[in-house]
Amino acid sequence: MSLAPLSLHKPNYLSVSNTLRSWLLTTDHKRIAILFLISITFFFFIGGFAAVLMRLELMTPHADVVDKEAYNRLFTIHGVVLIFFFLVPSIPGVLGNFLIPIMIGARDMAFPRLNLASWYLYLIGGIIVLTSILIGGADTGWTFYTPYSSVYSNSAVFTMAVGVFVAGFSSILTGLNFIVTTHTMRAPGMTWFRLPLFIWSHYATALIMILGTPVLAIAVLMVAVERMGVGIFDPALGGDPILFQHLFWFYSHPAVYIMVLPAFGVISELVTCFSRKRIFGYTFVAAASLAIAVLGFLVWGHHMFVSGQSAYASMVFSIISFTIAVPSGIKVLNWTATIYKGRVWLTTPMLYAFGFIGLFTIGGVTGLFLAAMAIDVHVHDTYFVIAHFHYIMVGGTVMAYLGGIHFWWPKMTGRMYPEGWAVFSAILIFVGFNLTFFPQFLVGYLGMPRRYHIYPEEYQALNILSTAGASILGIGYLFPFTYLLWSLRRGPRAESNPWDAAGLEWQTTSPPPTFNFEKTPIVTQEAYAYELVSQEDDLPGRPNPTEGEIPVLDAPPQEDQP
Amino acid sequence: MSAHVVPIRVYMRVFAALMVLFVLTVAIAFVDFQHLLPFTGAAIINDIVALLIAFSKAALVILFFMHVRYSSRLTWLFAIAGAVWLAILLALTLSDYFTRHWLT
Repeated sequence: MSLAPLSLHKPNYLSVSNTLRSWLLTTDHKRIAILFLISITFFFFIGGFAAVLMRLELMTPHADVVDKEAYNRLFTIHGVVLIFFFLVPSIPGVLGNFLIPIMIGARDMAFPRLNLASWYLYLIGGIIVLTSILIGGADTGWTFYTPYSSVYSNSAVFTMAVGVFVAGFSSILTGLNFIVTTHTMRAPGMTWFRLPLFIWSHYATALIMILGTPVLAIAVLMVAVERMGVGIFDPALGGDPILFQHLFWFYSHPAVYIMVLPAFGVISELVTCFSRKRIFGYTFVAAASLAIAVLGFLVWGHHMFVSGQSAYASMVFSIISFTIAVPSGIKVLNWTATIYKGRVWLTTPMLYAFGFIGLFTIGGVTGLFLAAMAIDVHVHDTYFVIAHFHYIMVGGTVMAYLGGIHFWWPKMTGRMYPEGWAVFSAILIFVGFNLTFFPQFLVGYLGMPRRYHIYPEEYQALNILSTAGASILGIGYLFPFTYLLWSLRRGPRAESNPWDAAGLEWQTTSPPPTFNFEKTPIVTQEAYAYELVSQEDDLPGRPNPTEGEIPVLDAPPQEDQP
Repeated sequence: MSAHVVPIRVYMRVFAALMVLFVLTVAIAFVDFQHLLPFTGAAIINDIVALLIAFSKAALVILFFMHVRYSSRLTWLFAIAGAVWLAILLALTLSDYFTRHWLT
């Protein structure tokens, strides 16, 4: 770092050094977030490419693009890559890593080197999975159901399972770091009930990561062991195949909440900022995150209603599954109440937030259909289920992820994205998403099963609609990729607080210095003091940025980057 | 982190206790309660005793070797949470296995 006392250009975390070594050996949580951003984007496009091939194949009822063996490998790649290497680490790895220390007023994570180790484990796991794809890929689906995966499949299941196993430890380390950081690194005055809801939801996510992921690791390890001839799940060797499903879903159902709880956190920040209002029912929204984390562990059997599981166990799982709609509903209703009578500022992040609320609600309500045993028996393993969880994961998590990336892009990079293009692509993604997945509810209810590359003629019209939507969605995703890269060099310089937001992360410069704040901030208010921020604003339109009073004592002075 | 210094004597005693319990586990495995006791289903006592010994050994390791005994209440909370979550996994999985034959 050069000493230049008269310079206005103080080094930020990006400009402080630019060697490859300074990136690969960094312990700065913000740089690790950028490493995650680059690598999860890479895996997003790999998993997305598999989806493109699948949708092309499904345009006609016959096998035109790929045969059945290749199709099985495609949906396995799509599931494994996008779940374990995109959705699970997406918001925690990028936005969580970047924002958690800044939001609580800390210099870094509690364990910076463990944080870097988490990225390396993710990368090693990812490389092992890519290797598995290159040597032929697995054909089991992302669920690795036994005994097919452990005894009969001739594909690269072992390699794929090892990749997932390694990536699981990345997730555990991230979760551990989030929990310890939240407990020990909060700035003076940052009490638990002043924490941004983003932190609460990441805390809940981290609990699931450390309590659930080890069970997944054990389950896939057992599959690998059984492939070497030891009987665990294979009935011929004295095992029980349903035991695998119990172990797998004990992690993988809560994993849905690993994917969507961080999204809830993002939406709470977006909705308050762009409605210029305090969150409605802060305590309930925070507690709902924890309730989801706990209840999420009690419902896994609803994936197993037709597996041969005891009908009595299924009843118990069904009833508990209904209860988890309560905390989810609390969140949706509280966001709606926050927007109600707010001064809504329609920016790109807010469009994504609106998209999230609507699509997550559809995904959640169809989840209740599936929690009812009688309906589940009818639509189990059909496109109805596919549509349901894509509404949660793509309509929910990806929407929130993109909304969050746009919202915090000025903070992360010091540059603004082009608003016009961003609004256009947000709308394109919303339209493309619905056109892709709504027809799948219909075709699934009519009985089209998942995981087949061919289907009866009468399902073709709906499948063509879905493929048309997927092409719009795919192009929609290319837009942010392009203009965000463009904005790194050409975008206008961002102010410290371009949204006039109340959170602590907006009180430091954009991009922040390596240790986030020049002086440790002393917090006197919660993160949603928008009544104070926006009393003088003349909405509609953009609020007057000069009126944004800093609700924090001793925060570093706001200075506009030249 | 406040490092609590544990005298080596304590570790030796815990180790000795673990070894005694280990010998006990092996010894109990040779006792067939089904033959000793008059009522049917007494074989389950073998399982119960073996599990009780195993839990005691785990508790000794967690409390002394992993220092939970000397740690804050927050650490206790997380240690207990781990045990509770294992109990959730076992209980709800067994809710399937124990009730499968009810409906035939």
